[in-house]
Amino acid sequence: MMTPFTAHTGVGVPLRRSNVDTDQIIPAHFLKRVSREGFEEGLFSRWREDPTFVLNQPGYAGGSVLVTGPDFGTGSSREHAVWALMQYGFRVVVSARFGDIFRGNSGKQGLLTAEVAQPDVELILKHLENNPGAEVTVDLTERTVVAGDIHAAFQVDDYTRWRLLNGLDDISLTLRHADEIDRFESGRPAFTPRVTAATGEPGT
Amino acid sequence: MGQTLAEKVWASHVVHRAEGEPDLLYIDLHLVHEVTSPQAFEGLRAAGRPVRRPDLTVATEDHNVPTTLGPITDPVSRTQLEALKRNCAEFGIVHHERGKLGQGIVHVIGPELGLTQPGMTIVCGDSHTSTHGAFGALAFGIGTSEVEHVLATQTLPLRPFRTMAITVEGELPPGVSPKDIILAVINRIGTGGGQGYVLEYRGSAIEALSMEGRMTICNMSIEAGARAGMVAPDETTFAYLKDRPHAPQGADWDAALEWWRSLRTDPDASFDAEVVIDAAELTPYVTWGTNPGQSVPLGEAVPDPASFGDEDARQAAERALEYMDLRPGTSMREIAVDTVFLGSCTNGRIEDLRTAAEVLRGRRVADGLRMLVVPGSHAVRLQAEAEGLDQVFTEAGAEWRLAGCSMCLGMNPDQLSPQERCASTSNRNFEGRQGARSRTHLVSPAVAAATALRGTLSSPADLSEPAPREVSAR
Repeated sequence: MMTPFTAHTGVGVPLRRSNVDTDQIIPAHFLKRVSREGFEEGLFSRWREDPTFVLNQPGYAGGSVLVTGPDFGTGSSREHAVWALMQYGFRVVVSARFGDIFRGNSGKQGLLTAEVAQPDVELILKHLENNPGAEVTVDLTERTVVAGDIHAAFQVDDYTRWRLLNGLDDISLTLRHADEIDRFESGRPAFTPRVTAATGEPGT
Repeated sequence: MGQTLAEKVWASHVVHRAEGEPDLLYIDLHLVHEVTSPQAFEGLRAAGRPVRRPDLTVATEDHNVPTTLGPITDPVSRTQLEALKRNCAEFGIVHHERGKLGQGIVHVIGPELGLTQPGMTIVCGDSHTSTHGAFGALAFGIGTSEVEHVLATQTLPLRPFRTMAITVEGELPPGVSPKDIILAVINRIGTGGGQGYVLEYRGSAIEALSMEGRMTICNMSIEAGARAGMVAPDETTFAYLKDRPHAPQGADWDAALEWWRSLRTDPDASFDAEVVIDAAELTPYVTWGTNPGQSVPLGEAVPDPASFGDEDARQAAERALEYMDLRPGTSMREIAVDTVFLGSCTNGRIEDLRTAAEVLRGRRVADGLRMLVVPGSHAVRLQAEAEGLDQVFTEAGAEWRLAGCSMCLGMNPDQLSPQERCASTSNRNFEGRQGARSRTHLVSPAVAAATALRGTLSSPADLSEPAPREVSAR
């Protein structure tokens, strides 16, 4: 069970960059842990070496809504990127476009990826840059993002929204269809490959 | 109306469909490696769930492994590899360990073992799973929660993808490779252009490619934002698969072949988007920036950020040039590199090694330049040694390594130092990808080899001329 997500209000953090790939969110050498904890120290670790980086500015301390340029979360499939953002304290990322795998991973973990039109993202970025510490309210029921005078609609697919609102996890939902999985399996063609240790050596 | 290849494979794997829900898709093959699986196995244990189909699951060690002989000295890497071994033993999964014949990069061993076949659904906790689409499989990367989901249920809930045709017609000029095709595609549609799509590569230039070449192209679909890329299976595909260890045998082969031959986009099917590229106009591509879309033909210069109309692209270019320490207007051929990396799931197959060896044969890499040659799998390594390619590499002054992901990502001992510049046959030139503050230029194997010889970004066609005076980039 995930924690249900209905609405969230928190300090908005403006990250004015596009194409923030998951290698920037968390570099590979932080991915060696075998547990799910402790990834916050890797979050944007290379950028955090710069004292002027937004997460190092006291005005944005305790931020929980990340507002950023288009194509956030592209690249590697590492779910560690989502864990790092959530363990650092983020509950929502606002962007005009997300990497597909990142968006899917976020939905599984309860991190809301709110797709907001780029002109509205730009307005929110400016508002947050001019007003460090300003709060952003994200309402999943209404699908709205509110920051100061800015009211923006966001997109999220209906199924993900339903799962987030109810805090449902996918495996339990799928296992309701166990009979159908059994039936499908019994009809699979005989020629589909099975992995066996005994099967020979690879060629090239 | 007819169906596209992707739609056919999708439709044949739907377990459950209901209004307002994603389709529940059956997964034929699940590839597992050490980095994205430990938390998934932990989740199974916590919930008391078994692996539903260990016989449709296979594991290998690739991201963390050193590519030199000897023990794994990094205790954290060692712990992760030991966790995989323990998890595979506990859940009954075949595991290809370092030093054993089946080991290698997960996207190299699947096809090699004949486990990757047309019409299958294939997933792995790795975004370059798109590689397997070269066989006409629907193959895509997933996150760790999804890895756990597939281990537990052998299915995934998924929204249908849209479809995009990438049609490459005509004949590639000499010296232009599959890597150049895909770099040109990403340059054209951008790193976000493929988001939400399955790309189908088609046209005479694609049909003419070997399986290795098709894998290189499908591999980098994710760099255009697409989770999957596909090529319709044909005689080239069937010839590659015939007699592989897990390929169907006898009557099963005939039955499989009949199904595989049906896996083509119907003439009356329509794609949601289409991009057409003229193969004859392509030249070797190299990247100048910090994402795979920031590239130019090798013969051109570093672009001026001011030339980008889009404000966002201009800012990204400025930041990239600062990171890469490059000035607008510098000819790409004048950029000197410290290291050349030949390998990865993009270009670590036997054909890639043959191409590079052909360029290097009888020559020496430039003074002071380091070249790493890392076969994609143990089997590729043995094949290359049987052909004497290892001799060519070592005589040229390159290092001949063991199989693994190596310098593609900064996760094992093969890393660049800060500010070190590399011509790399891998797939990502992101900031810090090959080591903290490292600088990456993505290139084809032929360009990698020529660059190693001249010390500056070069193609084999440049080799008859003397190397240009080395200039520092800034």
